[in-house]
Amino acid sequence: MTPELLLGLYRQVCRIRYFEVAVERLIHEGKVRGLVHVSIGHEAVAAGVCAAMAPQDYLLTGHRGHGHVLARGADLYRTVAEILGRAAGLCGGRGGSMHLVATEKGIIGATGIVGGNLPLALGAAYTSLVLRTGGAAVAFFGDGAVGNGAFHESLNLAALWRLPVLFVCENNEVAEFTRREEHTRVARLVDLARVYGMSAERVAEGADAVAVYEAARLALELVRGGGGPYFLEVTVRRLRGHYVGDVRATRRGALEEREIEKWDPVLRTRRRLEDEGMRKDELDVVMAEAEREVEEAVERALASKEASAVNVEAEVYA
Amino acid sequence: MKVRAVEALARAIYEAMERNAEIILLGDGFGGLSPVAREAFRPVWDKFGDRVMTVSISELGLAGAGTGAALAGCRPLVDLSTGSFIFQAWPQVVNEAPNFYYMTGGQSCVPVTFYSLAGIRGAGAAQHSHATHGMLGNVPGLRVLVPATAQDFYDLMMWCLLESQDPSVFLSHALLLLEEGELQTDVWNPPGRAAVLREGMDVTLVGMSVTVLRCLKAAEMLRERGVSAEVVNLRSVVPLDVETLLGSARRTGRVVIADECHRTFGAGAEIAATIAEKAWRELKAPPVRVATADVPIPFSPPLEERVIVTAERVVEAALELCEGRRS
Repeated sequence: MTPELLLGLYRQVCRIRYFEVAVERLIHEGKVRGLVHVSIGHEAVAAGVCAAMAPQDYLLTGHRGHGHVLARGADLYRTVAEILGRAAGLCGGRGGSMHLVATEKGIIGATGIVGGNLPLALGAAYTSLVLRTGGAAVAFFGDGAVGNGAFHESLNLAALWRLPVLFVCENNEVAEFTRREEHTRVARLVDLARVYGMSAERVAEGADAVAVYEAARLALELVRGGGGPYFLEVTVRRLRGHYVGDVRATRRGALEEREIEKWDPVLRTRRRLEDEGMRKDELDVVMAEAEREVEEAVERALASKEASAVNVEAEVYA
Repeated sequence: MKVRAVEALARAIYEAMERNAEIILLGDGFGGLSPVAREAFRPVWDKFGDRVMTVSISELGLAGAGTGAALAGCRPLVDLSTGSFIFQAWPQVVNEAPNFYYMTGGQSCVPVTFYSLAGIRGAGAAQHSHATHGMLGNVPGLRVLVPATAQDFYDLMMWCLLESQDPSVFLSHALLLLEEGELQTDVWNPPGRAAVLREGMDVTLVGMSVTVLRCLKAAEMLRERGVSAEVVNLRSVVPLDVETLLGSARRTGRVVIADECHRTFGAGAEIAATIAEKAWRELKAPPVRVATADVPIPFSPPLEERVIVTAERVVEAALELCEGRRS
C-alpha cells in the first residue's frame, strides 16, 4: 500500500468523524430537524470500502449513510447543506440525512428503509452486466437488515444470477435498539451468506480502515472478475445511539477505556498507520485539514439559502 | 388487423426489445397460464432469452432489482404475476421506486415497469382477486395504467418500455388477455389520453380495464331501452385525463363510473369527486359509482357474482340516473 493510499484512508476517517460531530452539534443547536443517524464508530468501513471501489461502481446506502457518500466523493458542503435542508443540498433539500444521493459519483440510491437498498443493488449490478461497464454494485447495511425479508430475497437472487454485488454488512451488533442476540440466533452473519451460495468473509477489526480496505479490495476483485456476489461482514461498534438524542442508547453502557482504543476508528486507524511507519506530524496535518474542511463547509452551508417551496410540486414525474 | 390483447402485449414487448437493448425482463409469466399466451410470447423468449431472467418467488427482490436497474440506466419490465402478489413487493413499488426522482432533486429517474395481472378473474377468492389501481393511484410518482383493449395493451406497453422516465404499474387483467380487438402499430397513444369508444347523449359510462367491456355491453343494452350512452375508456388512472372526462360529463350531464376497486376509497370515488368539483353546474345529477362491494372477494361463483361490477348493474345505475330516480 502506498503512503498516499494510507493517508487517504486516514483523511476519510477524520473527515467523516468531524462531519458527524458537526452534525450532532447542529442537531443540539436546533439547526437540523428530523431523525439523524450518525456513523460514529463506522467511519473505517466507509473509508476502506470506498477506497477499494472503482469509478464505474454503483453505491447504494441507507439511513446511516453520511460516511459512505463522503468517502465516495460527494461534495462535503452540499452533503451538510442537504442535512440542513438547504437549496444547495445534494438533493435540493428534498431528501435529507437518509437520502443522500449523488449520481455523478455513482451514488444512485439511499433509502431510509432498513433492507430496502439490497434489492436495488441487484438491479444496479445486473445493469453493469447488461451495459458491460465492468463495475460492481456495493450495498451498505447493518446487522439489523438480516431480520428483513428483502435481505434474504436479495442474497438468494444475487447468488442465483451470479451478480457483481458486494454486500457490506456493518455489524454493530445492535438493530436500532435491540442487541444482536435478541434479534437473531445467527451469531455469524457470514454463515447466512454462505448458505445462499456466495463467498463471505468477516473483518474482525472494523475500526481499522486498512484492514477493511484490504478485505474490500480482494472482494471487489473477485466480484468484478465474475465470481458472483460477495458478502463482507465488518465488525464495528456504534459509538452513539441509534439516532442523535437516543436516550435508550445509555442502556447499552459505554465502552471501557481500553475498548475505545480498539473500536474508535480514528484512534484505531491512526495506530495502524503509525505501526506502518507513517509519521505522526504528517497524520496531524491530515487531521487538522479534515477539521478545517468540515468547519468551513458547515459555516458555508449555514449561510446558504433555505430551500424554496415555489417548486415543491415539480419533479414528481420525470 | 384483429388480435388478442395478449398478442398485442407480446408484440409490444418484442418490438420494444428490438429497438432498445436496455430493456430487460425480470420474470417470464406475463401472459398468465393460457397456452395462447405462451405461444404469443415464444418469439420474445427465442430472440431475447439473454435479457430475460428466470426468477424465484421473490416479488420484493424482483421489484427492487427492477428499480435498481432503472436507477443505473436500464429499462426493466418486472413480472409481478397475479395482481394481489404486488403486495409482497409493496415497499419497493410504493416506497422506493416512486420516491427517487423527487427525493433526489431530479437526479435519478426510474423507468421501471411493474407488470401485474390484477383484478377479479373468477374463483380467485380473497387473495388472488385484487384491483389495486385505487391504492396505487394514491402514490405520487407512480404511473398507473389500466388498459382495456388490445390497442391499449400495445400502446401502453410500448410507451412504458420506450418512452416513460417514471415507474409505472401496468395493470393487466386476466379476463382481457384473450379478448380480440383491432390493432395498428404505426404510432402509439401515450397514457393520460382517455378514449371515447362510443358517443352518446344521455349518460356517460366511465370504464377502466375490464369494466370498459362491461360499459360497452351496458351501452348496447341501454340503446335497446332508448337511452343513448357514451363510453369513456380511461386507459390510465395516473395520469387521469380530466379534460376528456369533464367534456363528456358536460355533454351528457350524467355520469356512471364503473370501477373494479372496492367502493370505499376506490378509484371511482376520486373520479366522481373530480367531476363533481369541476362540472357541478353542468351535471343533471350527482355522479354515481358502480364498484365492487366492500367485502373480501368470496370464492363461490354465485357469491362472487353478487359483489362484482356487471353490465347489468351499470345499466341499472344509468337508468336510475336518466329516469331521475336519483337526483
